[in-house]
Amino acid sequence: MAEIQLSVGSKVALPKAGLEKLLANLHRMGYQVLGPQIQDGAIVYKPLISVADLPKGYISEQDAATYRLVYSGHRRYFDVTPGAQSWKQFFFPPFSELANYKRDEHGLWQVEETEPDLTPLALFGVFPCDLAAIQVQDRIFLREEWKDPIYWSRRQSAFILAVNCMHPCGTGFCASMGTGPRANPGFDLSLTELDEVFLVEIGSEAGRLVMEGISVLPTSAFWLQAEDKGLEEAGTKMGRILPNQETLPDLLLNNLDAHQWDDVARRCMSCSSCTQVCPTCFCWDARDTANLNGLTANRERVWDSCFNPDYSYIVGGNTRPNTRSRYRQWLTHKFGSWYAQFGSSGCVGCGRCITWCPARIDVTVELQAIREEVQA
Amino acid sequence: MIQTLGQPHAISPSAPMQPYWTEIVEIVREAPGVSTFWLQFLDKNLREGFHFKAGQFNMLSVPGLGEVAISISSDMEAKHRIGHTIRSAGNVTSTINRMNVGDVLGVRGPFGSWWALDDCVGRDIVIAAGGIGLPPIRPVLYYVMHHRHDFGKVIVLYGARTPNDLQFTREYKTWQDAGIEINVTVDRGDDSWEGRVGVVPILFYNTRIDHRNTVILTCGPEIMIRFVIFEALARRVPPDRILVSLERNMKCGLGSCGHCQVGPYFVCKDGPVFSFDKLQPYVNVEEF
Repeated sequence: MAEIQLSVGSKVALPKAGLEKLLANLHRMGYQVLGPQIQDGAIVYKPLISVADLPKGYISEQDAATYRLVYSGHRRYFDVTPGAQSWKQFFFPPFSELANYKRDEHGLWQVEETEPDLTPLALFGVFPCDLAAIQVQDRIFLREEWKDPIYWSRRQSAFILAVNCMHPCGTGFCASMGTGPRANPGFDLSLTELDEVFLVEIGSEAGRLVMEGISVLPTSAFWLQAEDKGLEEAGTKMGRILPNQETLPDLLLNNLDAHQWDDVARRCMSCSSCTQVCPTCFCWDARDTANLNGLTANRERVWDSCFNPDYSYIVGGNTRPNTRSRYRQWLTHKFGSWYAQFGSSGCVGCGRCITWCPARIDVTVELQAIREEVQA
Repeated sequence: MIQTLGQPHAISPSAPMQPYWTEIVEIVREAPGVSTFWLQFLDKNLREGFHFKAGQFNMLSVPGLGEVAISISSDMEAKHRIGHTIRSAGNVTSTINRMNVGDVLGVRGPFGSWWALDDCVGRDIVIAAGGIGLPPIRPVLYYVMHHRHDFGKVIVLYGARTPNDLQFTREYKTWQDAGIEINVTVDRGDDSWEGRVGVVPILFYNTRIDHRNTVILTCGPEIMIRFVIFEALARRVPPDRILVSLERNMKCGLGSCGHCQVGPYFVCKDGPVFSFDKLQPYVNVEEF
């Protein structure tokens, strides 16, 4: 077989057996590879040693407040869509140290620098919605004026292996949000999993290096057609749709007194589940702890949520004391004011907030209800 | 955001949550539970170069307890030390209020937007403040005293709960001598109080406002702000000449932690000072 020249932008076919080789190459290049694996009946992301640990043959059944992994016996590695976890936890960890303080011999506080963990990460199997979510968070944590040091320490060297979504989940609506089912640019490699082979698109120089030494085949018209057809069909098989999402900022911000807010407030438990599973929610709290001896103290960063009672606390009371105003803040921010802040919607259509809401609240239904109320 | 103003500032672009240390060099008691803390950076470059604009705030930090957003209440043209007037309210502020001269305090800043004084040149200024809402505007008063001829009439409408709670009382004479009119009211008088009783917005009834040429600066409890805006609009002051300083929960000052959002704005970087036209869609929405 003739040597195939790999270059950024090129597309090749990778035999299924080559996936193990690809993983080995990532390991050899020093990456800590994180991949989807089954734990306690759900997909979680953790260090991936072998492709045998991938949830091959599984699918997930998802609906409002419903998530089931089902073994369906097919031979594909990446058919199962994500669970509650997203990749957010690796760049923006739920808990991280901001500073360690120590009193010196004069009693003055000194900041002890914490060495950031610079181990490069490889994310193995990022669905298009989650790739878009990473890009949304990039705009929050990597600004022109400052870069969040914790985020940047892991993000700058991260390798992203995206997987195009051939079997979308029951609660997702990435097609409506323009984030899937085909991955937008921003990956190092993207895979489309067909029954016989993977089609691999090389998105970056790092991606090309990882592919070096792996035997690949030229793509065939048959496979390319199967990919196009599969992804086109996937776009029509979304479990949810959200029409005209680009009109939502005006709709929401002009209707802050809609009756639907009262309605949803009767069902929402303000549990913050949606914000914890959301791959773009970025709110965080800074918390201090002090050692009892008074000589050391820590400042920590933890995930926060606009549903938490303390979130809007100022002296004299909370600015959003009720569930109604907290839910409204979440939804109007995510689908509305996010545009003004960061130039895009805060939603990537992954559907997690629908799947993991214990009260079966479905954002696509709520948004549609507000639209209908306003148009009525 | 990090508006460097071309000067050294106490925000590290690579470690934006890291405080810089200052020493408390003087404490001035203003009212019960309210004191002005004068701080000096330990770092020489910051001590000499730290600049801010009237209306901006710093994050003051006590290791082990946390950080709190406090506006700078001192003269922006005075060098070497910065003042914060702090009311003892939460954990951090009450701890600071128990501190002594020589104690060390962490500072990050300056953050946020400022009172647009350049746009006030040649205009009348009406300052409407309640309680701890006056300190964020005090840098404006210093500025006006240094550049009195740049402005027309300057009127301070100030109110507090009781006569005891009025801040900066020993400075009123200086302000008046500099040609600043000051009208004061309290919610509840005491036996010796001869002044006015009532909320701040009533002070508008005795104030002549030339709506064509007046800028309103207001800061205080949100309910007071709402009625000040009402009075200002009733006198046909246009919304873009009503400047409001808002208070929200803040953890970072960088527009990152999310707590201070009001609609599309992060109060910490897009505010705290807003012209009212920007806030108009949200001000009367309950609990927004």
